[in-house]
Amino acid sequence: MKYLLKFFHGYKKECIMGPLFKLLEASFELLIPLVVVKIINDGIGNGNKSLIIQMCLIMVALGLIGLICSLTAQYYSARAAVGFAAKVKKALFSHIQGLSYTEIDTIGTSAMVTRMTSDINQLQSGVNMTLRLFLRSPFIVVGAMVMAFTIDRKAALIFVVVIVLLSAVVYGIMLITIPMYRKVQEKLDALMKVTRSGLQGVRVIRAFGLEQNEKQEFEEANTALVKKQVLVGRISALMNPLTFAIINTGIAWLVWTGALQVDHGILTQGEVVALVNYMSQILVELIKLANLIVIITKAAACAGRIENVLKMESSMKEGDCSESKNAPVSVDFHEVSFRYAKALGDALNRISFMAAPGSVMGIIGGTGSGKTTLINLIGRFYDVTEGYVQVDGRDVREYTYEALRGMIGIVPQKSVLFTGSIRKNLQWGCADATDDELWQALKMAQAEEFVRGKEGGLDYEVTQGGTNFSGGQKQRLAIARALVRKPAILILDDSASALDYATDAALRKAIREMNPSPTLFIVSQRTASMMHADQILVLEEGEAVGLGTHEQLLLSCEVYKEIYESQYGGAVPEGSRP
Amino acid sequence: MKQQSKNKIILCKIMKYIARYRWILVLSLFLAASSSLLSLYLPILTGEAIDLIVTGKMMNYEGLTQVLLRMAGVILVVVICQWFMNVCNNRMTYGVVRDIRHDTMDKIEQLPLAYLDTHPAGELVSRMIADADQFADGLLMGFSQLFTGILTILGTLVLMLVIHPLITLVVVLITPLSLFVASFIAKKTYTLFGEQAKTRGEQTTLIDEMIGNEKVLKAFSHEDEAMEEFDEINERLEKVSLRAIFFSSTTNPSTRFVNGLVYAGVALVGAFAVINQTLSVGQLSCLLSYANQYTKPFNEISGVITELQNAIACAGRVLELIDEKPQIPETDSAVVLQDAEGNIDLSDVCFSYVPEKKLIENLNLSVTPGMRVAIVGPTGCGKTTLINLLMRFYDVNHGEICVDGTNIKNYTRHSLRTSFGMVLQETWLKPGTIKENIAMGKTDATMDEIIKAAQEAHAHSFICRLEHGYDTVIGEDGGILSQGQKQLICITRIMLSLPPMLILDEATSSIDTRTEIKIQEAFARLMNGRTSFIVAHRLSTIREADTILVMKDGHIIEQGNHESLIGNNGFYANLYQSQFQ
Repeated sequence: MKYLLKFFHGYKKECIMGPLFKLLEASFELLIPLVVVKIINDGIGNGNKSLIIQMCLIMVALGLIGLICSLTAQYYSARAAVGFAAKVKKALFSHIQGLSYTEIDTIGTSAMVTRMTSDINQLQSGVNMTLRLFLRSPFIVVGAMVMAFTIDRKAALIFVVVIVLLSAVVYGIMLITIPMYRKVQEKLDALMKVTRSGLQGVRVIRAFGLEQNEKQEFEEANTALVKKQVLVGRISALMNPLTFAIINTGIAWLVWTGALQVDHGILTQGEVVALVNYMSQILVELIKLANLIVIITKAAACAGRIENVLKMESSMKEGDCSESKNAPVSVDFHEVSFRYAKALGDALNRISFMAAPGSVMGIIGGTGSGKTTLINLIGRFYDVTEGYVQVDGRDVREYTYEALRGMIGIVPQKSVLFTGSIRKNLQWGCADATDDELWQALKMAQAEEFVRGKEGGLDYEVTQGGTNFSGGQKQRLAIARALVRKPAILILDDSASALDYATDAALRKAIREMNPSPTLFIVSQRTASMMHADQILVLEEGEAVGLGTHEQLLLSCEVYKEIYESQYGGAVPEGSRP
Repeated sequence: MKQQSKNKIILCKIMKYIARYRWILVLSLFLAASSSLLSLYLPILTGEAIDLIVTGKMMNYEGLTQVLLRMAGVILVVVICQWFMNVCNNRMTYGVVRDIRHDTMDKIEQLPLAYLDTHPAGELVSRMIADADQFADGLLMGFSQLFTGILTILGTLVLMLVIHPLITLVVVLITPLSLFVASFIAKKTYTLFGEQAKTRGEQTTLIDEMIGNEKVLKAFSHEDEAMEEFDEINERLEKVSLRAIFFSSTTNPSTRFVNGLVYAGVALVGAFAVINQTLSVGQLSCLLSYANQYTKPFNEISGVITELQNAIACAGRVLELIDEKPQIPETDSAVVLQDAEGNIDLSDVCFSYVPEKKLIENLNLSVTPGMRVAIVGPTGCGKTTLINLLMRFYDVNHGEICVDGTNIKNYTRHSLRTSFGMVLQETWLKPGTIKENIAMGKTDATMDEIIKAAQEAHAHSFICRLEHGYDTVIGEDGGILSQGQKQLICITRIMLSLPPMLILDEATSSIDTRTEIKIQEAFARLMNGRTSFIVAHRLSTIREADTILVMKDGHIIEQGNHESLIGNNGFYANLYQSQFQ
């Protein structure tokens, strides 16, 4: 919580004024029963009608002042809460931008989105309610008691007892039921899990004839949920009757004590009425306070989660070399090993190779062999565990992120497009690229034709997630985006998987004809995509099991040969055999 | 109007569910009536007690004791009534919702796949779980507050009228002001909240996109631009939120002020009445406390009504599911298909998912036992549909499908489906252990059998590498396993259950080509003597089939084995050559 307090900076005035005006309003509210005493004792007692009218006008005036105070307080609270939340949100967003892939993996994307959205919203309403109520409710409870003391000490002792009992009941029931409600939530989640899994697997379940099993499992989860709900319901059902009993018994006791005091001439009838009124005020506020505590607990949990993200520091330190080249550069791996945070084994083990400027490097291997991990090290999205990676003869850790990544054009495995025009998407590659340059990149990426076919061409809007493009189209746009920056290093991470063989070949040809042609990395499961590479690195479970040209590997590398044959089998057409 | 009659129908259905608990309902209503009327009696007793306390006179202790004892009795009865009422309501509500959920699940198992395929799982889950839950909340609130609220208002009015009609008039005249103010503010804030929701939605979209794709963002050093865009929306949101939150928070202070007016009015008129001797001080105090409480049920009831409307809408969505048309029930004469030989005949089969778009037309096919049938063709040509028909996930529109000479409609669904072993491209694992997942088709399998099956599917070695081996618990959607590993487990299922016929729909699409070759050997052994259907896009996996069906737009355009089709130099030959270009 402490860490987040600094975001209140700039809202100090609001944070003080909000609760302060709430206190003022509460004080006026506490004065009302005293006015009633005056009416009963002096007004009615002496038959003074003008006094009664006066007092009633005072009540209206008190209400009006209370209204103004309260509105002011609401305004300041809302301002502080909203401003605070906006600041936290901004800080969190910018903090996430500074994290490295390792931290992003640790937190998880969906968790980050939750922190940014629902967690912050809950925090905002928590702050708002706290500023509004946290002082007001206890003040009224304590205030009513204090007022009672000013009227009569003996009667006021009843207030002390009632307040203690009420707090015990309200918070006791809450303490018991909150963990139980959590259990209910767990059972609900379990039921949801059973249902969802049953629906997703409906084909398999029916294929195996397991409908009855599913029904039974659902019924078990359903019954378990209802059992817990009824149980917790039984306990929380005590709240209303018990508080009702305490308050009203308190009133009866108060009347009795009051009668004795009046008999001794210590109290008046009007004062007894005032005491009864104060007693009724306590209950509402105590329940409000109880609800507030629930909100605060939830908000505090959200705050804790947000804080954890904010406190997380990037595990990488940025270098300071800002030299960035436009011409092709070399990429060298020296005995590089890499292990993911918390993983048991190495994802890459002592990998070495040298890719000359402008050369083509193929990387092949089964799923999970470490291909994507390897290319992520070139742009320093992760830091190597051992060894080093050099770009243009310099360790990647010496560059600034912008200089290093500015040299690299990457087409990720999963093509992602963003909401906005095609132009805007392509300009991610290079913010000041002209339309001519964009069309050139589209042409190379074999995307020119379908973009021309779209209404508005470059101005055609991409919907969220790029759902208005086919998989192959998205992939080609992602390729164009990488080409727009005329990168010194171009990385295609299995980017041709959604393209047919002919388009794939045309794309590779266009890239080879680029001038200057970038140092190219092709990652793929298809041997056809890299047959003509200068070097091919064969990976298996993080180990380099072969490095050489297609022809060399067919002779020397058993794994490569197997992959090749699994794709072409015996029936290899003329010309593709060495 | 239409909405209303629809609501009526939903209400009727809800009533039917509640009817099972009618005795509890009657008890609950009785308890509610007693507790709310008795609790209104308390201020009167308090008033009487106060009237007995008269300054400067001989105190009537005896009368006072009696009144206080009566108060204690009333309190006790109210407490018991309230608690029992709450317990009854809980029972009833959660019972009703459980029954509804039960019926939904029953229905889901009977619904045709046509329905489930066109309704996303997420939507159905949200109906069965979230909507039902909301319905429970609304119903509970309705039971516990609506009836007591109305009774309290009516009771208060009657009692006030009995005590002093003029004061009642004051209360009745001023209170609508409070309701008016509340609804005025609610209308104002509604638009503001709409605006807030819209801006919030915009921001969430941006957050989803940018943070969801943070890695791409970093690869293109796009952080600063994203920040700029975010800031712009964030500032707009701050302004809108401030207004929405502030305006909505004016409701409570405003209604409290109006209530204050009512209170002052009662005090004024009441005090004059006491002077005129038409009212006692105790009665005044009683009326003041009524004035304080009178508006509370109004606010509650308006809250309950919104909540109830929401609940009815939720119930409507759940009940709609129960009313869906189930699949055609099995006839009593349906026979059990046992040890199928594998003779499959399709004659004149026509099928389409939607009437406007014809898919399969006049399809004829005859498969003899042990035959290996491969189906190829471009996406959307009807390959998977054919499998849906074989498994009777969908019923043909025309023509018939026979297994071993009998129309599949005359078999029980269960026996027909379990005669086929099916591996699909989209793998599905049940949350549970790996062992349970493998033994799905043969729940009484021994550990040795399971291990043997896993070895054949080349899944044994990776399963052993998992922390708890075969007892490793996999979460929803497979969790820790890769797509290829999940597919291997699905293959193991079939290796274990050894059904008489096989359907492999892209069964090895996520497995790398080297492992695939190894599995092919096991498949080859498995398919020996079993009629099998294979759908694959890798042509190398289907070369060995006895017959290859080339499908296009719902028709079989070519049929034959690999060599003859290549020789024909038609569609298949083209498709085959294209992978080498």
